[in-house]
Order: sequence, then structure tokens, then C-alpha cells
Amino acid sequence: MSVLEISGLHAEVAGNEILRGVDLRLESGEVHAVMGPNGAGKSTLSAVIMGRPGYSVTAGSVTLDGTDILSLSTWERAAAGVHLIMQYPTEVPGVSLVDALSEALQHRGRDTAGLSDLMKAEADRIGFEHRFLDRALNVDFSGGEKKRNETLQLAVLQPRFAILDELDSGLDIDALRDCSRRVEELSNDADNPLGVLAITHYSRLLNELRPDHIHILVKGQIVTSGGAELADVLERDGYAAFTSDDEEVAEESAPSSLDDLFKM
Amino acid sequence: MLALADLELPTADAEIWRYSRIADLDLTAFEIQPGSREVMGDDTFITLDAEADETIATPDVFAEYNAGHQRTVDITVPANTAVSEPIVIEHLADSGSAIFPRTVIRLGAHASCTVIERFRSADDAASLVVPVLAVDAGPGSSVTYLAVNDLNESSWQIGHQLIAAGRDSSVRLSTITLGGHYTRVRTEATSKETGSEIEQVALYFAGGDQMHDFRVIQNHVAEHTSSDLLFKGAVQDRARSVYTGMIAIEEAAKGTSANQTNRNLTLSEGAWAESVPNLDIRNNDVRCSHASTVGPIDEEHRYYLESRGVPPEVAERLVVLGFFDEVLNRLPDGDIVGEVRERVARKLSIGVMS
Repeated sequence: MSVLEISGLHAEVAGNEILRGVDLRLESGEVHAVMGPNGAGKSTLSAVIMGRPGYSVTAGSVTLDGTDILSLSTWERAAAGVHLIMQYPTEVPGVSLVDALSEALQHRGRDTAGLSDLMKAEADRIGFEHRFLDRALNVDFSGGEKKRNETLQLAVLQPRFAILDELDSGLDIDALRDCSRRVEELSNDADNPLGVLAITHYSRLLNELRPDHIHILVKGQIVTSGGAELADVLERDGYAAFTSDDEEVAEESAPSSLDDLFKM
Repeated sequence: MLALADLELPTADAEIWRYSRIADLDLTAFEIQPGSREVMGDDTFITLDAEADETIATPDVFAEYNAGHQRTVDITVPANTAVSEPIVIEHLADSGSAIFPRTVIRLGAHASCTVIERFRSADDAASLVVPVLAVDAGPGSSVTYLAVNDLNESSWQIGHQLIAAGRDSSVRLSTITLGGHYTRVRTEATSKETGSEIEQVALYFAGGDQMHDFRVIQNHVAEHTSSDLLFKGAVQDRARSVYTGMIAIEEAAKGTSANQTNRNLTLSEGAWAESVPNLDIRNNDVRCSHASTVGPIDEEHRYYLESRGVPPEVAERLVVLGFFDEVLNRLPDGDIVGEVRERVARKLSIGVMS
């Protein structure tokens, strides 16, 4: 069993403090959801865990089985077993999925024999057309195809933990179901159960991907943690229930209920 | 004829030589030699070392000098004839030599052929290579030409290409430039008659102290002609590159379509690329586009690959090869694509430096 532990994490972007002391502990096979309004620091959390350029950690730690991963470069974090599914997967012209996966596997000392067959099998499980396997990464893909592509990579690379940054953005209900079911299956894998940190604004993702734990992130801090029942509170009252009356939830918007959120 | 050393060289004050290394060229270092040449292909279409054809224009002193010292490969394909196998011309430049290869391709009506010309150095010492290519594509003909510059990094190439596309003809010109201390190609591609199509692609990659320099004109004289240009280059270390292109559309050339795209990757702080696309359009009924970029590898591309667990130097290699993929896909079929990918990958100094 593996543990991904985030302790007292503070981080800033361009001198602005976005994360103000985040604590989270994930174990293999657990599904955690981090939910929060716009501007809460959700995307910053995923960027900092993965080491995206432009984000600096000012205090706190992120460890994988006791190893400090913040001192590792991005590719080393991935190779150590932390995988990011991006909110908006980048289009990389001229670089095929098979080339990228082949390099990624080789540099973690894994065999690439049978990669092509494995990719096809995974593609079939999530309704990803084979013709996309040879195309340049994400180039001219629809939102749903991009997330299926991300999910396929996750299944092939078999990391210990996956961070899903807004998996549900930009994809239709079929793709959402296909992708989240595959993630759910991976988290229940008997040999290598995946730990999942699903970062999301909306609760619709949680209808497919049933979390064991829900954390509410507001202004860079986790204000409440609980079980699946927290999603029902959110559904009913929105984020207003978790923010104090005299504070704006976010600079750009202060939605008072999920209904407001959906209108945005 | 003048001795080579007595040639009056142009200066970088002239726009067409701006940014070039012409001021550094020392002609006294070179001696005119025939050079080694090998021509492979169906010899019924090939004549070697014919007299120079004086109707071929000589826009500068180098092309002019070529006309007096050339070794010609004349490829003439009669009407309605398809040459099935590519004709391959290999040049080997010895140290200290100046060579003046000339390739003339003439296609009769509805004829077709593919010609691949490669320039190499015999050793590491400098040579001067002054090639001329002239293509005259007859009505409905189709020609594919690929030039590969593999000279060593101390040699000079100052080349000139003259293309005339006849009625409904199709001309595909490709250039791969990896070699040379200074490699220059000047191309004048003229859509001379109605319905002709000219495609030009180039891949260039300069490292160390190399410089690659391209001056291209897409000249539309006749109506309903089309041209498409895609030049992609990369520079690393202290290398430099120049692309200056001109789409010129004459008054009579209505219904013409012309595209010009030049993209450059600067892979090191000290590397420099210049891209100057120009348009000179004298008819309103045309469709033209031009695009030009110079910049480093997109950080987002690198980060995406690294976040999959691909080390940075490998990510950069994938991104650079991916950048060139668009050109590689448009080269003539054959072993060349794999070979060029391999050469580009090996030339990248990213891994060495980090």
C-alpha cells in the first residue's frame, strides 16, 4: 500500500499566495474529491503536486511513501507514480501517443513489448477510436477524445496515484461515464489499487466516481472534510455553506448555490 | 573567364544578401575542381556534361560563374513518359575545392520524374559548392525534386534554383539542410502558365556556428495558379538562420492561390533565426496567406510530456521531431524520412548541455 501525503502546503503564483496550508492524506485504492468554488486554488493544488513551472511552494511538503516529491523534477514525480490528468490536455503537434507512452514506460524501466495491443485494448474499454492512437497527441481532438486519451494513458502507465484536474470539464455525459468508470475500476484493482484525488467544481463527476472522502477547498485551505454525504450538502446549499458571510468566495464570482454555478 | 579569386562579391548591403555571411567568404581558399559525382538512374534520359544552356538566367555572380564552370546533369524526359525510378545524383566535395554542379530537368507534356540530389564533403575541410538547378516543367507534367545538404560544418554552399511551371504542371521541391558552415539557397519558382501548382517544403537544422539562409520567391505570372510553401527550421548553440520569402502576384494572375509558412525553433539562448515573409500582390482576385514564427519550444508541450514521465531531454527531442513531422510527411517516399529523423535526433545538443 502507498501513501500520498500533503502537509501544511503553502504555494504562490507570481507572488500571490494561493494555497494557505493544505493537509491531505491519500492511500492506495481510496478516492478523494477536492471540491471548491472558482479561485479556491484547486488547479494550483494539482499544478504544485506535479511541479508545473511558475508555481512556488513556500512551506509544507508532499511525500509519496515518505519520499519528498517536491524536490523531484516533474518527470521523476510521474515516474515515481504520481499521474496528472489535465483539465485542458495540451495539444503536442507531431508527437504520437505511442511514442510518448513508449518513452514514459522505458524511463521507468518497464517493458514496451505489447504496448500497441495494450493501447488498443484500453481504447476499446473506454470507447476511444483506434485511429486516434497514431495521431499527434490531442491535436484536433474533441473535449471527450482528449479526456479518453488521458484516461487511456493512466490505465497504461499504472501509476500509484492519479490527480484528476476537472476531469468532467469539456466532455459529454458518455465520455464522462466511460472515463470515470475506468478510473473507478483502477481504484478497485486487486493488485495495484489506484489512489485518486479528483479535483472538481461540480458534483456531477461524483455521480460516476463515488468518493470515499470529500474535502471542501476554500481560499487555499481545506475548510471541511467528510464522507460522500458532503456532496449532498453542496448540492443543496452550494459553497455558501462553507464560506463565512463576510467573505467573498472568489474575486471573480460569489455563487450562492449550485444553480448559480451552472448558470455561469 | 575571371579567376575565382577575382570575382567581385556582393555585399550584405544588398537586401538579398542582408544577414548573410558573404563578407566572410574567402575565395582564395578554394580551387576549381571537377569534384566527384555519381549519377544513378535510367540513362536514356540523362546527358552528362553538356554545354551550358545560355537561356538559363544568372541572377548573381555565383550563378554566372557556374555557367562557365559547370558540370551539368541534364535530365530530359520526353512527352507522356514516366520515369519510374528516382534519378539520384551524389556530389562529393574534396577539401579546398570549389565545385559548380548544374542540374537541368526538362519535362515534356505529361511526363514525370523524381530527382534526388545530395551534397556531401569528402572530409572535414572546407569546400565551396555552387549548385544551380533549373526545372522546366512542360504542360501537365509532374516533377519531384529533393536536395539534401550533408556538407561538413566548415563548407560553403551558395545555390540557386530556377523553376518554371508550365500549363497544369505540378512541381514539388523539397530541401533538407543539415550541413554547411554557411548554406544558402535562392529559389525563384515561377508559375508561368495557367493551372500550374508548385509546392516547396524545407527542413533545416543548424547547430554550432552554422548558418542556413533561404531566399525564396513564389512568382505568379499566369492566372489560376497555386503555390504552397512550408519551411521549418531549428537553430541551436550559436547557429543562425534566415528565411526571406516573397509571394509576388502579377496583374494577370487572377484566381491565384499562394501560401507561405515559415516556422523556426530557437533551441539555445545564443541561437538566432530571422523570418521575413513578404507579399507583393497586383491582382485583387487572389487568395494569399502568410505565417511566420520564431521562438523556443513551447513550455506547455514540454510540461505535458514530462508530466507523463518523459525526461526533459527526451521530451524536447520528441517535440522537435514533432515540429518537423509536417515537413517529413511531405518528402518523397523512401528511406530519406527515417534517415532525416535519425540525423535530427542525433544532432540535438539538448541532452549534452543539461
